[in-house]
Amino acid sequence: MDLSTSYLGLPLRNPLVASAGPLSQTVAGVKALAAGGVGAIVMYSLFEEQVRREAERDALLEELHAESFAEALSYFPSVGPGPDRVASGYLSLVERSAAAVDVPVIASLNGSSVGSWVSFAHQLQDAGAAAIELNIYFVPGDLSMDGAAVEQRHVDIVSAVKQAVTVPVAVKLSPAFSSVGHLCQQLVAAGADGLVLFNRFLQPEIDIETLHVKPSVALSSRFEGRLPRTWIAALSHKLPVSFAATSGVEEASDLVRYLLAGASVVMSTSALVRHGAGYSRQLLAGLTDWMDRKGYQRIDEFRGLLAVPDDTDTSAYLRAGYVAALENAKQTYGSMRA
Amino acid sequence: MRAIIDGNEAAASVAYRLNELCSIYPITPSSTMAELADEWSAQHRANVFGTVPTVVEMQSEGGAAGALHGALQGGALSTTFTASQGLLLMIPNMYKIAGELTSTVFHVAARSLAAQGLSIFGDHQDVMSVRQTGFALLSSASVQEAHDLALIAQVATLKSRIPFLHFFDGFRTSHELNVVEMLSDDDLRALVPETLVRQHRRRALSPEHPIIRGTAQNPDTYFQSRETVNPFYAAVPGILTQAMDDFAAHTGRAYRMVEYHGHPEADRVLVVMGSGAQTVARTIEHLNGLGQRVGMVQLRLYRPFPTEQVLAAIPASCTTLAVLDRTKEPGSGGEPLFLDVVSALGEAYANGQRASMPHVVGGRYGLSSKEFTPPMVVGIFDELKLATPRPRFTIGINDDVSMTSLPYSPDLDLEDPATLRAVFYGLGSDGTVGANKNTIKILGSSEDTHAQGYFVYDSKKSGSRTVSHLRFGPNPIEAPYLVSKAGFIGCHHWSILERMDVLEFAREGTVLLINAPYPPDAVFAKLPRTMQQRIIDLGIELWTIDAGQVARKAGMGNRTNTVLQTCFFAISRVLPRAKAIEKVKEAIRKTYARKGADVVRRNEQAVDASVAELHRVAVPSAVLGQVTLIPSVPSSAPDFVRNVTAMMLDGHGDLLPVSALPVDGSYPSGTTQYEKRNISEVIAVWDAESCIQCGNCAFVCPHAVLRAKYYNESQKDGAPPGFESAPLNAAGFPGSLYTLQVYAEDCTGCGLCVEACPVTPIGHDNNRKAINLAPVQDRTEQKENVRFFESLPVNKRSRIDFASVRGTQFLEPLFEFSGACSGCGETPYLKLLTQLFGGRASVANATGCSSIYGGNLPTTPWSRNKYGRGPAWSNSLFEDNAEFGLGLRLAADLHTQLARTRLEELRGLVGDDVADRILNAPQEYESHLSQQRARVDELKVRLDLLADDEGVDEQTRALVDDLRSVADHLLRRSVWIVGGDGWAYDIGSGGVDHVLATGRNINILVLDTEVYSNTGGQSSKATPLGAVAKFAAAGKPTNKKDLAMQAIAYGTVYVARVAMGADPQQTLKAFREAESYDGPSLILAYSHCIAHGIDMRKGLDQQYAAVNSGHWPLIRFNPVLRQAGKNPFLLDSPRPRIPLADYHRNELRFRMLANTDPGEAERMLVLGQEQVNRRWAEYEEMAGRGAETFAVDARV
Repeated sequence: MDLSTSYLGLPLRNPLVASAGPLSQTVAGVKALAAGGVGAIVMYSLFEEQVRREAERDALLEELHAESFAEALSYFPSVGPGPDRVASGYLSLVERSAAAVDVPVIASLNGSSVGSWVSFAHQLQDAGAAAIELNIYFVPGDLSMDGAAVEQRHVDIVSAVKQAVTVPVAVKLSPAFSSVGHLCQQLVAAGADGLVLFNRFLQPEIDIETLHVKPSVALSSRFEGRLPRTWIAALSHKLPVSFAATSGVEEASDLVRYLLAGASVVMSTSALVRHGAGYSRQLLAGLTDWMDRKGYQRIDEFRGLLAVPDDTDTSAYLRAGYVAALENAKQTYGSMRA
Repeated sequence: MRAIIDGNEAAASVAYRLNELCSIYPITPSSTMAELADEWSAQHRANVFGTVPTVVEMQSEGGAAGALHGALQGGALSTTFTASQGLLLMIPNMYKIAGELTSTVFHVAARSLAAQGLSIFGDHQDVMSVRQTGFALLSSASVQEAHDLALIAQVATLKSRIPFLHFFDGFRTSHELNVVEMLSDDDLRALVPETLVRQHRRRALSPEHPIIRGTAQNPDTYFQSRETVNPFYAAVPGILTQAMDDFAAHTGRAYRMVEYHGHPEADRVLVVMGSGAQTVARTIEHLNGLGQRVGMVQLRLYRPFPTEQVLAAIPASCTTLAVLDRTKEPGSGGEPLFLDVVSALGEAYANGQRASMPHVVGGRYGLSSKEFTPPMVVGIFDELKLATPRPRFTIGINDDVSMTSLPYSPDLDLEDPATLRAVFYGLGSDGTVGANKNTIKILGSSEDTHAQGYFVYDSKKSGSRTVSHLRFGPNPIEAPYLVSKAGFIGCHHWSILERMDVLEFAREGTVLLINAPYPPDAVFAKLPRTMQQRIIDLGIELWTIDAGQVARKAGMGNRTNTVLQTCFFAISRVLPRAKAIEKVKEAIRKTYARKGADVVRRNEQAVDASVAELHRVAVPSAVLGQVTLIPSVPSSAPDFVRNVTAMMLDGHGDLLPVSALPVDGSYPSGTTQYEKRNISEVIAVWDAESCIQCGNCAFVCPHAVLRAKYYNESQKDGAPPGFESAPLNAAGFPGSLYTLQVYAEDCTGCGLCVEACPVTPIGHDNNRKAINLAPVQDRTEQKENVRFFESLPVNKRSRIDFASVRGTQFLEPLFEFSGACSGCGETPYLKLLTQLFGGRASVANATGCSSIYGGNLPTTPWSRNKYGRGPAWSNSLFEDNAEFGLGLRLAADLHTQLARTRLEELRGLVGDDVADRILNAPQEYESHLSQQRARVDELKVRLDLLADDEGVDEQTRALVDDLRSVADHLLRRSVWIVGGDGWAYDIGSGGVDHVLATGRNINILVLDTEVYSNTGGQSSKATPLGAVAKFAAAGKPTNKKDLAMQAIAYGTVYVARVAMGADPQQTLKAFREAESYDGPSLILAYSHCIAHGIDMRKGLDQQYAAVNSGHWPLIRFNPVLRQAGKNPFLLDSPRPRIPLADYHRNELRFRMLANTDPGEAERMLVLGQEQVNRRWAEYEEMAGRGAETFAVDARV
């Protein structure tokens, strides 16, 4: 059985990719993921804002009490490799991770503007990143920016980064666009080598006892796989790039569904966090079992089998899917008032 | 190559490059030299011989000297950097090193010694204390000299085999920024031939050609052996002269070991050593220009004393000679340099070598960095004109007791008119000094500009004032004294000009920049009237900017440094405006590049905004408004505070005459209460309605500004309208009210109270508590409230539950309003100590942060209660604190025993009942103690009567008097030995261990910040694995010492590890148990610190994380339990529930390693976590053992 596949032009031993998450914050974690059998590893996301904030905070903490008291004109030794101290930590992690494992290590940048990522993306490439995943994440609620501007920002970031690096660039984006397909098309035109669908919007929760709003990070559930799957199915034959599926991978069957929809690779964080890095072996075993049962020898034999065919009107197809679903629901639940 | 550096860097730069080992221990003002060496070593910078020097931080200067001695005997080129007490601790090794003719150079930033008080500032007391050790003493007078003579000393020591001590004036030279022509590696190589290095190496101990060194000698040969070295000392002047000549040939800078300046036929001459020589030289030029005939002999070599050269330098025409010593030797016939010169002259005259004997007088100047200025030099020369000048004098002070001081007229200005002089007033936290250092580098970087900077800091760690003295000009700047008659004055904080005269250094036409939170047209009228008048009288050019607003708009928070620096460049005319602004921006890009692009951008924006918001103020012809300077202390303060303390607070301490000061260093306690500093614009505000009166906020308040009282409703009569109260939330007190009073003028706005408050009022977000921070401008109402609050009686100790945190809030703190950092993690423990035991406590305080915020003048926080009782506090030294405290205990025990004996003897007179009750009283708990206190008071009254009773015979009266002198000791005295981890884990470790082993009833409180805090963040043995600190720049590679387990090993020591941010109740319990335990106690108190690189407002959260990650497990080991047949080891904190990483993440000291070497940080973290797990398992195992597995206390 051959599980190998290709993502962003990179040959992978299998289509399961560990996505940006807590397990890839350390070299030890990265090693564990690789040992668990994944085909590639996306490093945890380096947040642009976080890097800036931390650099500023550290600079402030270092200086805050300096030059105030005759006996202690500073409180820390002058160390540091120079600019972007926080980012340099990430660079080092990428470098050490890339050296430590034999699967591709993909660096992930999380930002909302072109910012300084252009030069940084280049440094990541030099550090050994096999590819770069741009995790473009806007905080919803900014009323000052219209939809077109948001889309343009995405396109600008992709073109800028593409110009800076020679390794492939993937874009991870949110589903919250009025025309996801159109945006994807523009991103591909701007040079994106792959699309990662979708980013999860981390939504705060309200605690009704303490009357507080709490930021919460919930791991994804299987149900959440349907939205990305739909879009991958819709776009995978239309756009000549790799598609990575993310969200809602709990069992091998989820992996299979994504591949059937047309994904080049399937990413998982939540399941690996829940069950440990070694869980990828089970997922892959499940995939092998299924292929065995269905008589497939290679991934390409069934990838995209259930995607929207290239010559079909996508919106009609989706609409059809919607209508069909409603019909199905009517049958299931008896009658729908609508 | 040209550089702008300070004297420390100048010396260290050479020392590092010419040595293989730097064996050091941090001590102000020399620490920077060692820190730089460590940084260079961490960056793998090689010395001129191609090896990267090793920098080793030892546990004390004694240890540093020992390691250095060993390394020298091992053949390594070795050096050390030290000062003051540190140098004293090296004395034993110095004799050895010299006796063995070993080449080395010690670099010393010369500093005062601790006598009636310690001083970190500069004079020659320390170096004069080692003049007899056999070291050669070489003195530098400027930053450039500190650089050059560091090399010359190294050459001379290698050639002569005599060890050298190279010194320069602490702070004045060590911390002065000035332009230096740097010596290149090639220069160093050219002047230090490697053959000398190899000769040094060949003298090393080696089993390949063994020798025995360090024998014990007998009366037959010791004496002669001592005389063998004479030829080596005799050769030093020749060798040094050659080295100086070679140096001059190579660099063009010429030095002589003794140098004469001035009129060739001078009638009056001064002899001087150190930075004062520059001042004298400049004044001599001036006086000779006026037709006088004066001169100066400057000594660079002091030991071996260059008799011939000194004699040769003193012109034959000299009739009167004054020798200036920057030291004091009480009881001596004169200070050392004076005595040396007199003996040289006397001998020469007596043996006919010299035809006449000038009249020689000796003077002292400049102790503890006291200013030494041209007018003072003129004053000395004027004195020398007199027929009989004072044989011993002082200059620069007013000695109205011994009448030693010379008069002088302070107004003379000898400065180069081409030099721009500027003075800046700032607060420590505002970045003024940093910006000024930057300005000096900007301006001094051009070849045609010379620059000098010197910075004066006050002694507070929060809200401290800084005064920067800057000079810029086309000619070299040789003015080692503060700026006067400044062309530019910047007042960077409005609060400063409200309280002190910022125009002290103004002259006609001074450009004055004021950072004012008011519109330009409103500024003038808001200035104090005296200041307005001066502005008008001197025709001062007044400019203003609201720098705070500009900085905030630029996203820079409260950092106004860039804004105000820009203003200086824009209006000081130091450069053409456009060029100046471009220079600032260039510097910003350079300085902030490593802090990230955003920081650079913001600063650049701030520059542009500053220029736009800078306004010139039209000065009216007459003063406006009614504003006057705020007095530094209230008129109700005691005499001493008003007459002496206030002078120091106002910056006029220099004017205090000798008679005003205590003769033995004893100062009244509790003086911080008079200094209402108003340093924070946000202060705590109590929400009476939501408060549950738990006392947590008052417990953790580092500044004792939250005070609680309960009282009867009727006592509220007459309260000001804004005085807040709530019904007392406790059973058994119907009709009682509760008030938590915020001392608004003392609050530093640290916010620890907010973090400690467990209440979140319903309907508010998480950040709202029952105590909150709020901006405050006018504090009139709060002042009224405090006044009323203070009129309410302090709650009776007998009615307070000492066992609960809630109860302790009603105990009066006798440690208050210290100048510690805002949000300090140490001071809450000290405050608690005083609340619980203050009325009968003696405190021995190791040098360090706690001795500085605890005992640095002008005002001190240890106070007294309404009965006049309170902690008796003293600081002996850094290294001896445990022993010092033990001494206090031993004295108390002796006097307790004496009192008991006398009481027995007087039993017949005072009554059996009284005697028995006192002698047999238990004194464990507060209730016992208050009863005993009453009995002793009663006894004392009785004794007073007996003393006056004529019927009492003489012998009995002697007994009565004796008992009266020690009767207080019938109440158990609480002896506390307090200090930081630098003391307890390092320099005082042996003493701590020994004192614990004596079994005596002392209490050691270690305020563990896990780093040397006071001297600026050097690693100690308490520093945890992986933390970055000075001397552990790559992360501390070893685990923190488990001092608790060491003490527990004795079995007879009460030990507790506490962290009030994690469990205040456990802290309280530990303090009480430790104090009541009749034996030695050790409390290790986690103290968050600015040196951790944390948001200090989150200090308690970090304490919580430290405990709950297992980094700081809370434990108690109580030998009393063992006596009762129980397991004495109590594990008080729950099993670690957060990973160590979660604790590390919030502290820059750990993050720094992750930023610089992430792989190493990861490795350290894994090892650290393993250590936590391992230790926890050991503790758990211990906590679960049977009592029989622990030793029994043999004393019981």
